[in-house]
Amino acid sequence: MLEVERLSVHYRDAWALENINFAAASGEMIGLIGPNGAGKSTLIKALLGLLPMQGEATLNGISLRQQRHRIAYVPQRSQIDWDYPVTAWNVVMMARTASLGWFRKPNCQAEQIVQAALERVEMFDLRQRQIGQLSGGQQQRIFLARALAQQADLFLFDEPFTGIDKKTEAIMLGIFAELRAQGKTLLICNHEWGKALNRYDRLLLLNRVLLADDTPKAVMTFDNIQRAYGENLQPVAQQAELPFFC
Amino acid sequence: MMNWLLEPLTYEFMQNALAAGILVGILCPIVGTYLVVQRMALLGDVIAHAVLPGLAIANFLGIELLIGAFAFGMLSTFVITWIRTQSRVKVDAAMALTFASFFALGVTLLKLLHSRLDLEELLFGDILSVTIADVWRIGLIGLAVLVAIKLFYKELLFYTFDRTGAEAVGLPVHKIHLGLMTGITLTLIVGMKIVGVILVVSLMVGPAITAYLLVKELHQMMIVGAGVGTLASLVGMYLSYYLDLPSGPAIALTVFAFFLLALLFSPSQGIVTRRWWRSVPSRSHR
Repeated sequence: MLEVERLSVHYRDAWALENINFAAASGEMIGLIGPNGAGKSTLIKALLGLLPMQGEATLNGISLRQQRHRIAYVPQRSQIDWDYPVTAWNVVMMARTASLGWFRKPNCQAEQIVQAALERVEMFDLRQRQIGQLSGGQQQRIFLARALAQQADLFLFDEPFTGIDKKTEAIMLGIFAELRAQGKTLLICNHEWGKALNRYDRLLLLNRVLLADDTPKAVMTFDNIQRAYGENLQPVAQQAELPFFC
Repeated sequence: MMNWLLEPLTYEFMQNALAAGILVGILCPIVGTYLVVQRMALLGDVIAHAVLPGLAIANFLGIELLIGAFAFGMLSTFVITWIRTQSRVKVDAAMALTFASFFALGVTLLKLLHSRLDLEELLFGDILSVTIADVWRIGLIGLAVLVAIKLFYKELLFYTFDRTGAEAVGLPVHKIHLGLMTGITLTLIVGMKIVGVILVVSLMVGPAITAYLLVKELHQMMIVGAGVGTLASLVGMYLSYYLDLPSGPAIALTVFAFFLLALLFSPSQGIVTRRWWRSVPSRSHR
């Protein structure tokens, strides 16, 4: 159970996030939506302890900051230097760094975990490739494997569906379903609108404050969208029906 | 040929210089690898120039030069971080200003304190000045830095590849950064004995990027880089001996020659090799 209470983030003389409250049960997959600059990535980074924040964030009653290794994170693709000289195998092995502890080399158990994660994302055969030599979807699967190999309880994804192929999407959705069945909590940042949002148990609509927190159907209303995206949306909406009205 | 190689070894100063050259040739590229993969190659240049005031003050006070150099080298990294975090000024501008200012302060202090340090020797390196004590000092510092890299290899790999991810799982990224800066500064200081302040960055960055064109993993980059660095250092020192050049420029130009070779003929990424591979299937079609 993830509980977030009165979370606020102050960034460069302004509130990037203000008084965010929500809870996520284990086994729940939650989508995080909102316009650019709404604070989606900021919320994820605050939960990861990468930004100073006010308020509280707990997982099963214990502060997130005290159990950071139980949170797996898949960053946005743009955050990574894909020319870095490292193989797919070693990227996934990074997930074991914290659990292995200082001065310890990867042991047999760590290698088994990494192998299982790579096999699950169908990338074991390409494990010796340098990451830059993989396609965008394959790179995303490597980071997914890294998240799996961390054996976390809370999974945070920053725009995982951006620029990937059908196969990767299918593998990713399969893994999300398995993680839910295992009672893990998933928080997924999304910037595209559409029917795909119906796959989430709940949506959080964010624009500096939390505007809506409900089932996808209840959140994707024209009123909510206008509140999040502002007046600019109106002319477009009159001309064509919005894709998310299903 | 044999004679040509062995003759310099009859002089003690040349034995010292070659021993120091080999040690520095191994150490500099291994540590320089971290500069390259973090796109901080110029930071090496900044730190190298920034040690000058430290050398002048340590010389004036009669204390170990290394301590003064280390203090000012580290200070320059703090100044850069301070300017960057306290203002909108970007890191490249902060580095350019810091590097010029520290260097200017160094030259000023050398003059004002009537230092007996030879500026040209400091700037470009001089194989005649290497003593057996220098060789030991370089050896011990190098050993300490290499042992630290070996011990913290997996944390450093994670940190340099994905700092955000490393911080997210709770690795102490600030301490790792400080450790890395310490290792880089120490390496620059021992390296500049052979190559000089201005050119030491070439021995840190050049062999590392040469290796970068040849291999696909960080530890391979370090091993190949150390090989290239050692060879370049030796070749450079023989050139320096026979052509009466300062050792720094001789080594730096040799490093660049090796880099050019890799750029043209690297099996996987070389400019010429790529052309060759592209032309092969078209030939077989005809």
